[in-house]
Amino acid sequence: MSTQTSGLAIETAGLVKTFGETRAVDGVDLAVPAGTVYGVLGPNGAGKTTTVKMLATLLRPDGGEAHVFGHDVVREADEVRGRVSLTGQYASVDEDLTGTENLVLLGRLLGHGKKAARERGAQLLEAFGLTEAAGKQVKHYSGGMRRRIDIAASILNTPDLLFLDEPTAGLDPRSRNQVWDIVRAVVAQGTTVLLTTQYLDEADQLASRIAVIDKGRVIAEGTKGELKASVGAGSVHLRLRDADQRPEAERVLRDLLAAEVQLEPDPVALTALLGAAASDTAADRAARALAELSRAGITVDNFSLGQPSLDEVFLALTGHDTGHDTKDEVAA
Amino acid sequence: MSTATGTESKELAPVRADSLAALLVARERPPRPSSLSTSLTFGWRAVLKIKHVPEQLFDVTAFPIMNLLMFTYLFGGALAGSPSDYIQFVLPGILVMSVVMITMYTGVSVNIDIEKGVFDRFRSLPIWRPSAMVGYLLGDALRYTIASVVMLVVGLVLGYRPDGGFTGVVAGIALLLVFSFAFSWVWTMFGLMLRTEKSVMSVSMLVIFPLTFLSNVFVDPKTMPGWLQAFVNNSPITHLASAVRELMAGHWPADEIGWTLGWAALFLVVFGPVTMRLYNRK
Repeated sequence: MSTQTSGLAIETAGLVKTFGETRAVDGVDLAVPAGTVYGVLGPNGAGKTTTVKMLATLLRPDGGEAHVFGHDVVREADEVRGRVSLTGQYASVDEDLTGTENLVLLGRLLGHGKKAARERGAQLLEAFGLTEAAGKQVKHYSGGMRRRIDIAASILNTPDLLFLDEPTAGLDPRSRNQVWDIVRAVVAQGTTVLLTTQYLDEADQLASRIAVIDKGRVIAEGTKGELKASVGAGSVHLRLRDADQRPEAERVLRDLLAAEVQLEPDPVALTALLGAAASDTAADRAARALAELSRAGITVDNFSLGQPSLDEVFLALTGHDTGHDTKDEVAA
Repeated sequence: MSTATGTESKELAPVRADSLAALLVARERPPRPSSLSTSLTFGWRAVLKIKHVPEQLFDVTAFPIMNLLMFTYLFGGALAGSPSDYIQFVLPGILVMSVVMITMYTGVSVNIDIEKGVFDRFRSLPIWRPSAMVGYLLGDALRYTIASVVMLVVGLVLGYRPDGGFTGVVAGIALLLVFSFAFSWVWTMFGLMLRTEKSVMSVSMLVIFPLTFLSNVFVDPKTMPGWLQAFVNNSPITHLASAVRELMAGHWPADEIGWTLGWAALFLVVFGPVTMRLYNRK
């Protein structure tokens, strides 16, 4: 147990993986404390999955070193495999088999006897609310059920380290919350979780430390608080009554609040990124923003105070956005 | 299909955090299973897949029967005077050809598993590395057995009478299974190496058609041009077909059996390690 409560679950130094000309992972250093949820945040193609695959011994690093609970992922791969589990869209279960069959199959591969594998499988299916679907082929499962059986398959033996590679991608909000509950239950029992995600709120909900990666490099790392402080406390989304007033609103926010302003595709909408300061909170700054706009005679129909989105985090950290929907105005 | 939609639309039962927590508390692990046990477990998976997708048995039932009927009645009269005379010669050969042909589906199943994502889960398990591959091949051995039995039954109905009796026939099939098991490692390699299921199929066809047809399966090689005889007489399929034919006829062709096992060993020694290297590096 001591390794689960103290020390590092994962330690990498200068990890590199190249595919042809592309450096998918380009010198990643990570230190993941045991017993926590560690978030790896980044857009598609940032190198998240490649990093996880190297740590889970599925890919061989081209450079650098990685240790999982002190074991080298290349030289002591078997030792690492004995302590980790992996759930990702590429590490799934067999669609042609039923839920029960999948769990019994993996249980047997992990060394359980027939009876024990059956029992453990049934208990897991029950805990995951899948008892009714136990005898159905997994290809007939819904997205949420599918993710549950994937995770169930990863905890047949309680792992010391669980990799969850984008566990909620493509799920509806309800199923997403349920996956989050599962993650919390897993980490509460002492398992370390490495979670990759594209969503800041997911990392925010679950992770105690977060690494932001982009183009194969870690561009920021820290606790949630540190990361948010570095990005700015949040943003205000505004909808004006009159599109003609937008340039004026932009000027007011920029000049008086020193906020970075993004113009939205909707001609009456704009977003102000509020820098963080010790003296006032995001809410204070939003209130000031509204007051300044009202004084300038600009009518605000509607406003909301938001957390920084991944786009905003990226903009703040890298000076370019995630590439999801490029806005020309951003550079201005 | 109605069951599927029923599952989708119904409210999903909640996750039970308390029972989940109770399950996660247990951290003791069973001892690591033996390589035999994990290979057999993967073989069991193949059997389960046959159970759930019985259509996949088409290639080991309908296809061999079609081959047998087609070649017996197409060539029988011309080559041996009558189909019933020809079948004495051609049945063991077609048996060999059909089973060797269906070995290529091994590569296809490997490739589909990679595509579907179940493969990486297996690779991340702390088990004897080749067991997933051996599992495919064990499942396939079952398929080859089914194909062999089906063809023999149809052959017997058509008038095939093996002089070697039950023992000779079983010995012939056993040799065919051993060879096919070893030969399949060629396809596991392609399954890992090529990107799509389609390309695995095309490459397999390119190898398997010339290899099976350019042999003594249908005719005595003496009528072929010299350069072709040189190839045909040294082809592993010729050795295998001769050995199976002789075994089923009640003889003991030590030479041909030796050649066949030698080829099998060569395939295993060359393509087994290449497959495992790709498997570990993938």
